[in-house]
Formats: sequence, C-alpha cells, structure tokens
Amino acid sequence: MKPARPRTLGALLVALALALFALAACGETKNDSSTGSSAQPGTSSQAEGGVNPDAPIKKGMKTVSIPKQLGNPYEEYEHSGIDEALTELGGSNRISGPTDAGASTQIPIINAAVQQKPSAIIIAGNDPNAVAPALKQAAQRGVKIVGMDSDVAPDARSVFINQVTTQLVGEGQVKSISNEIGGKGQIAILSATANATNQNAWIKVMKEELKKPEYKDIKLVKVAYGDDDDQKSFQETQGLIQAYPNLKGIISPTTVGVAAAARYLSTSPQKGKIKLTGLGFPNQMRKFVKNGTVEEFQLWVPKDVGYLAGQAAAALVAGRITGKEGEKFKAGRLGEYTIGANGEIVLGPLTTFTKDNIDKFDF
Amino acid sequence: MPTETVVSSEAQLADRAPARRDWRRVLGRWEALLVALLGALAIAGQLISPEFLTTDSFTTGSLDFSEVALMALPLAMVIVAAEIDLSVASVLAVSSALMAYLWNHGQPVEAIIPICLVAGALCGAFNGLLVTRLGLPSLAVTIGTLALFRGLAFVVIGDDSVTDFPATWTDRAFGDFAGTFVPNTIVLFVVLAAGFAVLLHATPFGRSVYAIGANEEAAYFSGLRVKRIKLILFTLSGTVAALAGVVITLRNSTGAANVGQGLELTAVTAVLLGGVSIFGGRGTIAGVILALLLLGGIQKALLLSESISSYWIQIVTGALLIGSVLGPNLVRRVAGVRRRSRSLQEEESS
Repeated sequence: MKPARPRTLGALLVALALALFALAACGETKNDSSTGSSAQPGTSSQAEGGVNPDAPIKKGMKTVSIPKQLGNPYEEYEHSGIDEALTELGGSNRISGPTDAGASTQIPIINAAVQQKPSAIIIAGNDPNAVAPALKQAAQRGVKIVGMDSDVAPDARSVFINQVTTQLVGEGQVKSISNEIGGKGQIAILSATANATNQNAWIKVMKEELKKPEYKDIKLVKVAYGDDDDQKSFQETQGLIQAYPNLKGIISPTTVGVAAAARYLSTSPQKGKIKLTGLGFPNQMRKFVKNGTVEEFQLWVPKDVGYLAGQAAAALVAGRITGKEGEKFKAGRLGEYTIGANGEIVLGPLTTFTKDNIDKFDF
Repeated sequence: MPTETVVSSEAQLADRAPARRDWRRVLGRWEALLVALLGALAIAGQLISPEFLTTDSFTTGSLDFSEVALMALPLAMVIVAAEIDLSVASVLAVSSALMAYLWNHGQPVEAIIPICLVAGALCGAFNGLLVTRLGLPSLAVTIGTLALFRGLAFVVIGDDSVTDFPATWTDRAFGDFAGTFVPNTIVLFVVLAAGFAVLLHATPFGRSVYAIGANEEAAYFSGLRVKRIKLILFTLSGTVAALAGVVITLRNSTGAANVGQGLELTAVTAVLLGGVSIFGGRGTIAGVILALLLLGGIQKALLLSESISSYWIQIVTGALLIGSVLGPNLVRRVAGVRRRSRSLQEEESS
C-alpha cells in the first residue's frame, strides 16, 4: 500500500485554511491602518439619559468582579473591598477569576459573566487590549464596566480606579522621610532594579520634591539597587550605612527592599537612629514597627481600592455618573470623588502606617 | 473463534440474549456514551444556570474553545499513530509572538499568516525529526519542546503584547458567520474537521496511520514508510497549532508569548475523551468532535455557575483525562475476566 501523496494532502489542508482566512485580501499593515479594532466606544450606551447625581442606587444590584488570577492574597483582599461596598449598598458581588494570568484567560470569564446579566463588571485586566472586545460587547448589552488596579483599554470601560499616581507616591514618600528625620540630613534611596519603570518614575518625582524649599536641608546622597531580592537589598542597606556614616534616613519604595532594610536595621547598632520609610505590606512590617526599627511606612490600602470600585460601579448603574471628566460622586466611607481625565479615579494619597494604626490592617 | 463460543453459550443461557447483544453493540460504542453524556450535560447545565442552553452560550463557548478544537484534529491523528505531541500550545504561542513581531515590523496580515504557518510546520517537523530520525520517544521530545518553543516565543516578543491588529482581520476572527450565531472560527474548524475526517477515514494515508498505531513493526514490514508518515503527522500538528495561534491572536486582538498556556492538556483530554486510544490504533474524528462539545459544554456550565470556582475546570479536565484512559481499559479488563470465567464454566460442563 502506497501512502497516497500525503504531501499533497497536507498542502491542500493548509491552502484551504489560508483561503478561508484570506477572504478579502486588502494588504493592510501597521503603518497604514488607523489603530486597531476601536470602532465603537464602550461608553456609547451610557451617554443617553444624562447624569443625575441623586438618582437612587439600584436595590439588589449584582456585580461580578474579575481578578487577574485566583489565589493571590493581595487581590483577594482588594476584591473583598468590592464585596464590602456592594453589601453596604444592599447588593451583592461575585468574584470570578481565571486560574492563570495569561493574556486571554479572562475572556471566557467575561463572556460567562455577561450571560448572567450583572449590572456591572469590575475587572483588573491581565492584558489591556485582549479583554477589550469582550468588554465592549458587555457594554453594548448595558453592563457597566469598571477597571481597577491595572487598567484595560480606555474605550472598553467607563471608569478606572487607580490606587495611586506616580506624583502621589513621590510626594508621600519624601514627606514621610522628612517627618521621620526632622526635615534635615542625608538620605538614600533603596530601589528595586535600575530599569524598573515605576521605581524610576517615583524616584524622579522624589528628586523634584526635594528641590522644594521645605526640604532644602535634606540631601539625597545615593540611589542603591537591591533588585527586589531580599539578600541583595539587605547587603545594599549595609553598604549604604558603611559608606555614609552621617546617613539619617532611607526610602525604599519597594515591598521587598523596605522589609530587607528593616531586617538589617533591626539588628544593627543604628536601630532607631537611621530612619526608614518606604512602600511595605503591614503584615511584613508589623514586627519592625512594634520593635521600634521603623516609625512609619506607606502604601495604598488594597481593600479601599476595591471599595471605591464597588461604589463607582453602583454610581454608574444608578446613572449618578457616566465616566466623564469632572463628574462627582459619593463613595461611602471614603467620601466624595471626582472623575479625572480619561475616566480615571484616583484613590488618594498613600496611607501611612504607624504603631498606632497598623493593627487595623491585615494584608 | 472465541467470540462465537461466547455468543453460542449466551444463546443457550437465555432467549433474551440477542436483545442484550444489540444493546451492548450500541452502548459499547464510545461515541454513543459521549452522546449520552452530552444529553446529561444539557440537563445538568440547564439546572446550574438557565443561561446554559442558549445560542449565546454556544457563540461564546465555542469561540473560547476554537483553538483547542483546531489543535485536537491533527493531534488525534498523531495519537492514533501511537505518538503524542504536547508542544501544540507552545507552537501556538510561537505563532502568536511571531505575528506580533512581524506586524510591528510593518508586514501585512496576509503575508504574516503564511509565515506563521510555515514556522509552525518547522516546529512540528523539528519534533518529527527528533522522534523519527533519532528514535526518541515523542513524550520526552514534546515535553522538551513544550518548554523550548514557549521560551522561543518569549525571545521573539518578550513580555510585550501587540494589540493594534487591523479591525478587518480581528472582526473576521471574532465575528459570526454570515449573521448566524456560529463564530467564523468554528466554520474554519468544521472545514478542517471535514478535511481531517476524510484524511483519516477515507484515504490510504489514514489507513496506514491506523496500521502504524496498531502495530508499528507489522506496518513497517508490510512496506509502510513509517518514519515519513510520522514526520508528516508532526508537521501537520505544528502547522495547525500555528493556525490556532493566528486565530487566538486575531480573535483577541493580542499577540503575546503567554497565550494559551496549558491548552495542550485540554487538547489531549479532548482527543482521549473522544475515544482515541492512548496506545494508538483506535479512534475517530467524530468522537473527538463529540468530546470537544462535551468539554466546551462542561467549561461553559462551570463558568456560568454562580458558586463553582474556575479551579474546578482544571479538576474536571484532569479527571476526564484519567477517566477516558481508565474507562476503556476497565471495560476491556472486565470483559476479559468474564470471558475467561465463562470459558472455564464451559470446560467444567463439558
């Protein structure tokens, strides 16, 4: 038996596939196409009716919140804030997420959520654009879309809840260290890697801040890089203290760095003398705050990010806001918020954790 | 013939035996079991959510499953030939990353698609050559290339994702066929499925694939070019996986290296659940299509459930994989034991 020209058969199959896909060959390339598939804005269905800031909140409202991935404690804490907001407003929220954070794993979740006809979907996007077509379809069916934590394509959601801005991190961190060292002396920064985009943006703002008159007595002597590695950060802290005997304070705007620096300081003779602040998790920093190594450090509260997202979703559903710049709404215990450019709502300045309030937070 | 003795002994035992044989012949077929399971799923799914039996479910569910469905077709032939290809989802990623890279470098989609398919064919041929020319087990080879090709995809595009593909193409992959609720990607699948069904069931090539899977040595000594046929199968698998990569990229309008992780598991599950024997030599394209419907339906039902976490999709997929290998095996063993005990009875009575 002769194996009947399998080559021809294979080629035929491929040709068939090609023919089907090349239904209308138009030779469009990146250079001559206007960007992508952004045909209809996701907010189109919300434009009708106008805004009524006193519109009643829908009773028994149901929302679905989609994290990047299940099983991440940070995200679970964040999404518990959405549950809190919805319960407070007499509705309910269901968390439904993918088991891995691939670019397209959230799409089936979105599609299934839409079929259940929720009032709103709150999503932390794994990939800003992969989820956009599914979200736009959801919006066309009247589901309000709220982005949270990491944004999705702006035309695929009504509002985006940003935990913090670059400016606010820079300002907050400088204020915190100034507070700790009494506005005077040498400071250093312990960053993550030398090319980390967010770190560098924050450090840039810090340098600008330090030019202000109220910080004129503070001198930044060095930016060290601990590569977000516990051991390296530990050693870099040691190095900074040896190289700069007059060092008064260290800012470490990374959760790994600030914990490693605190660990070094807690066993060194400079404990309590060299001040430390940074961005850290209360659960990691608690013991260093309690034993006097660290007076204060900062971060946003993930649960508040979720709470604000839940409140914004309810306001959208009620028609109190549509996502336009300048619209205001009340977000329960967090107070009043104003929508910024591009539908962005910023949670606010960093929360400062000290020995007085740290036990209120568990994350 | 042992079967004849069984039949005659049964006929002596009771007069309702012929009816029992028919019943067994129908239910004995794996495809019939799958159809029954589909019926059960329809009821269970509808109980889980009233949204289950809707065209909406079919549209989004089949769209979500289109890549797995495409990859399962050539994979079925590979497994019938008693080999396996675990690298399909990684080839899909290579194709997606390559699309992103070429689009960023100003190539039109019409030129990118053939290049991706050729790249997929090369990946498949690489697997095939390692298996046939070096005589390595395909399980080991394709676990290796599962990691290797995925790594390659990350080398091509890194952590970036490219998202500005032209709307004409993304609509083509995301949209519905001629205003119906059937997505275009499923039309593509149906066309390919017909092609593969003909190839496997109605050509000498297909018959030689069965022959190789049933007994490779016998196939070789009866003059089949075993190595060449296997090489072609792996190349086909790579090519179609690359086509799935094109589909997932356009459908989501996102080219990235991290797409489709773990889809190889779902594809293998679909093939084995479809009644293709993991030991080769047995299975049909129709069974694989039924298994795809079943798996897609289960996934949709679990997603629609208000209380079941998506971890269960993985658990159910894994359990079905084991079940579909275990099921036929158990049936055969039980049948074997019964046959032996019956022939023992006969010996005693005679």
